[in-house]
Amino acid sequence: MKNSLPSINDLNPNLWVDKHSDYLFNYTIVRVNDTEIAKDLISETFLAGLKSINSFKGKASERTWLIAILKRKIIDHYRKINSKKGKAEVRINYSEDSEIDWLEEKVSDPYIKNAEDRIQNHELGFAIFNCLDKLKEKQARIFKMKTIDNMDTESICKEFNISPSNLWVIIHRARKDMAACLKENWF
Amino acid sequence: MKCEKAGHLSDKDQYKEASFWEKIKLVSHILFCKFCREYVKNNKRLSEVFKESDLKTMTRSDKLKIKKRLYEEILK
Repeated sequence: MKNSLPSINDLNPNLWVDKHSDYLFNYTIVRVNDTEIAKDLISETFLAGLKSINSFKGKASERTWLIAILKRKIIDHYRKINSKKGKAEVRINYSEDSEIDWLEEKVSDPYIKNAEDRIQNHELGFAIFNCLDKLKEKQARIFKMKTIDNMDTESICKEFNISPSNLWVIIHRARKDMAACLKENWF
Repeated sequence: MKCEKAGHLSDKDQYKEASFWEKIKLVSHILFCKFCREYVKNNKRLSEVFKESDLKTMTRSDKLKIKKRLYEEILK
């Protein structure tokens, strides 16, 4: 019987990382709010996944399994922070009569979005990833580079060794498929 | 202009790569073409959805670092 489960010998980290890292990154960034920490946690997640690849039963999808590992990494991260609590000293430089200034600074902080917005964005992000997964590998990569990373046409063409008209055909198909996929819930 | 071309111009427009004349051509086409009008509408909405989602990707060099670590681990 052919065993279709991945083992350490047939695992291709190139594909693995390309397939899942953006998804994991978005999952992490809403939870830890720090790019560097997010990158570390994802790197650790892949390593942990690699080490325990033989225990992966294939009951869940590869990604669900990686998310389960990542969740534990995130919890560990917060545990570590908490254990450092009390050692850190937090200084707040506002006196009582400058409360107004404080409020103004608070509301002008672009990073504080309202919670509903964030949850909404988060769900939308998942919907987008689910639709991206339905595209062909190369098509998805090119589309992401163009649409999320805002890379220019020329550099993408160079990297994939394709002509601009090839690129636009790929983008056209991807946009059509993505629109159709997202239409039901998000249009 | 054929619909295929109109679709292409609409795509370019979503990435701000359509010239002034290309935009004029597109607008005059969709004025009379219901099919392309629908495509342009969906296409714009798709761009909005991506903007709203505020998705981030990891940079290529960050991905490369992770790949290297994984390869090292496999070769151990």
